[in-house]
Amino acid sequence: MKRLVKNGTTPLDGPRPAPDKQPWTFKEKLLLGLSLRDYLSQAFRNPLNWVAAVILVVGLPVIVSRFIFGLGYVTHASNDYPWGLFLGFGLFCMVPLSASGFLLGTTVEVFGRHDYESIERLALLNGLLGYLFAVVYLLADLGQPWRLPYPMVVSWGPAAVLFLVGWHVATYLSVQMAEVSASFFEWVGWLAGKRFIRRIALGLTTAGIILSTLHQGALGALFTYAPGKVHPLWYSDEFQWVFFFCSSIPAGLCMVIVVSTIIKRTMGWRCDSNFLDNLDRLTIGLAKGASMGLVTYFTIKLIGLAHDNEWAYLATSWGGLYGMEMLMGVVVPIVLFAYSIRHNKVGLARFAALLTVLGIVLNRLNTALFTFNWNLYQELPHIGEIIIVVSIFTIYLLVYRFLLYRLPILYTWKEETVVEEAVVVIPSAEKPSETQSLGEVSA
Amino acid sequence: MGKISRRKFLAAGVAGAVAGSIGGARSAWAAPKLQGYPDGMGVLVDLTRCIGCRTCEAACNAEHNLPAPQEPFDDLSVLEKESHNGAKRRTDESAYTVVNRYEIPGSDTPVFRKMQCNHCNEPSCLTSCFVNAYTKTGEGAVIYDPEVCVGCRMCMVACPFYVPAYSYSSALNPLIVKCNFCYDNRLVHGQPPACVEACPQEAMVFGHREQLLAIGRERIRYQPDKYVDHIYGEKEVGGTAWMYLSGVPFEQVGFDTTLQKEPIISNVKGFLGMVPMVLAIWPALFTGFHMLAKKRERNAAADCQDDKKGESR
Repeated sequence: MKRLVKNGTTPLDGPRPAPDKQPWTFKEKLLLGLSLRDYLSQAFRNPLNWVAAVILVVGLPVIVSRFIFGLGYVTHASNDYPWGLFLGFGLFCMVPLSASGFLLGTTVEVFGRHDYESIERLALLNGLLGYLFAVVYLLADLGQPWRLPYPMVVSWGPAAVLFLVGWHVATYLSVQMAEVSASFFEWVGWLAGKRFIRRIALGLTTAGIILSTLHQGALGALFTYAPGKVHPLWYSDEFQWVFFFCSSIPAGLCMVIVVSTIIKRTMGWRCDSNFLDNLDRLTIGLAKGASMGLVTYFTIKLIGLAHDNEWAYLATSWGGLYGMEMLMGVVVPIVLFAYSIRHNKVGLARFAALLTVLGIVLNRLNTALFTFNWNLYQELPHIGEIIIVVSIFTIYLLVYRFLLYRLPILYTWKEETVVEEAVVVIPSAEKPSETQSLGEVSA
Repeated sequence: MGKISRRKFLAAGVAGAVAGSIGGARSAWAAPKLQGYPDGMGVLVDLTRCIGCRTCEAACNAEHNLPAPQEPFDDLSVLEKESHNGAKRRTDESAYTVVNRYEIPGSDTPVFRKMQCNHCNEPSCLTSCFVNAYTKTGEGAVIYDPEVCVGCRMCMVACPFYVPAYSYSSALNPLIVKCNFCYDNRLVHGQPPACVEACPQEAMVFGHREQLLAIGRERIRYQPDKYVDHIYGEKEVGGTAWMYLSGVPFEQVGFDTTLQKEPIISNVKGFLGMVPMVLAIWPALFTGFHMLAKKRERNAAADCQDDKKGESR
């Protein structure tokens, strides 16, 4: 694609250029305005596609076999470790890394920082896909995935934290669908839909904050059902949900930094100047938010240690793992962020963001998997589980890229620029009419 | 200020309320304060009487029509079997109960310990289940409804005794497998479970939980040298219907003696109580932030305009 753009091809980013006023067909939109042959040849030239193909050739049969022969075929079928990598990685890691949607939504819609708008849509999409694939991982893990709607429609267990997680993830998924649908409506050319979403954006965002606070925390609270099983250094009766919620904030922000970095490197052709020119400045801004989150997280983790008097565990080998996680994922990023913000070193901030993301992943895996049953025995995940996790992640990346190539996430839809500006300029003018119409309704 | 979108404020509030009614409001109120049922039955297992004959395992297997085990029930070598990870045998999809043999340091005689579901007064499998598949019956049994189980295996994570197992081998209808106190065929008729009835050593006593506690205390009082002064299950995780007497420290025969006295759900109540507060407070809080941000934006715009007017004059 890069080569095509270099040779003068313009990727589809708005209505067909004048004088041809004819609208694009759906197929043309799917093919980015290229001919089928051009599209396929650029796809075949991309080495990443070959890597993905190899992974899926191996992985898809394993996924199919899991559903034909049951969970026991691809896992250790352990009764002591009921949750393996599917949930340990797929649910507990994907969800905090997808906090980006509600964080940037809050920044722009609630706090009114419209300068973050150029990256908001990316954060929303990152959130949506993260949750969507967390559910995919969940479907792979559930014994009877076809009963997924049971907690909603068949039998309620409202005293359970998982009930809250289930309902909130489902509701929040719908909220995020609605938020991201604005770009989809632009792409398919249904502007009324987009205007409607803009109108309810604040409501959606507020609902997103509430749902996120609760289910990010709830994922932590799940472990308070298993007090003796998770190692004390990763466990706290009182604070577990706060740890999970608080760490999801730097996780979500750093995920946006990491993803935008990858995008800038690999699909710069798809980004418009609005995205590229602002990215470095916004990255430093996100880094500021992330470092505040990390400092807070570090502080409450120390409070957790002191509250339960767990200092002695630090001298054990578990303490070594804990120390590594905190050092690599929290302390070093804090220092690097501080330096990079002070000296405006964007590259360093990006590296720190990557460390933070890895640190959060390690934290969730440690809690759910590695230190689980710490006084029983440790079990490494089955090779089948690893293959399935990698394969689903590959599908996630492919879907992610598919959408980024097409939807106006990284670029502004041309047709819209005129209307868009009008909407942005008007807010003050738009309000009175809204209150007026509300008055009419109430009258 | 009158311009601030009342509508947006309402929209945010309504969204919050909807999220609330859908989400967790009920969860927070629902953690019940159970003290166990007054007429609940139980079983007192006296480890000093068990000889490890596996008769109870065989009786359970027959009662519940479970598949025949790899080694027959008269093969006592399995009592010492350990899996690749050094763990003792445990309940699994083909065994509701197992007996294990423990060598006691400084003693020639091994001690045998039977394990099965302990039928907690406030079971964490029950409180952690998001489809309410578990029921604590008035008779004291914790039973499971396979019709609604989604297979999340949260109950297995939550069980402090590592009891529920999962039939991983089934692709189409995998289910939780665990002792049900012989609820359907025996307990409802006031009969003891099959394992208790089959025991040749009378190592187990079936009766009202309150009476069993009295019997247990009596035995300890009469023979203080023979027993450790503790009834395991009297207070552990809020109390269990199945309880144990032992002649050796409980931790030497595979019991977790670090378990909390409070029911597991008490750890979760802090979070559950916070849920309705977040639902109620967040909408106003964040809409407030929004109004502040808007106000500043408008002030800035107004200042800007004033400056321009000033210049033009």
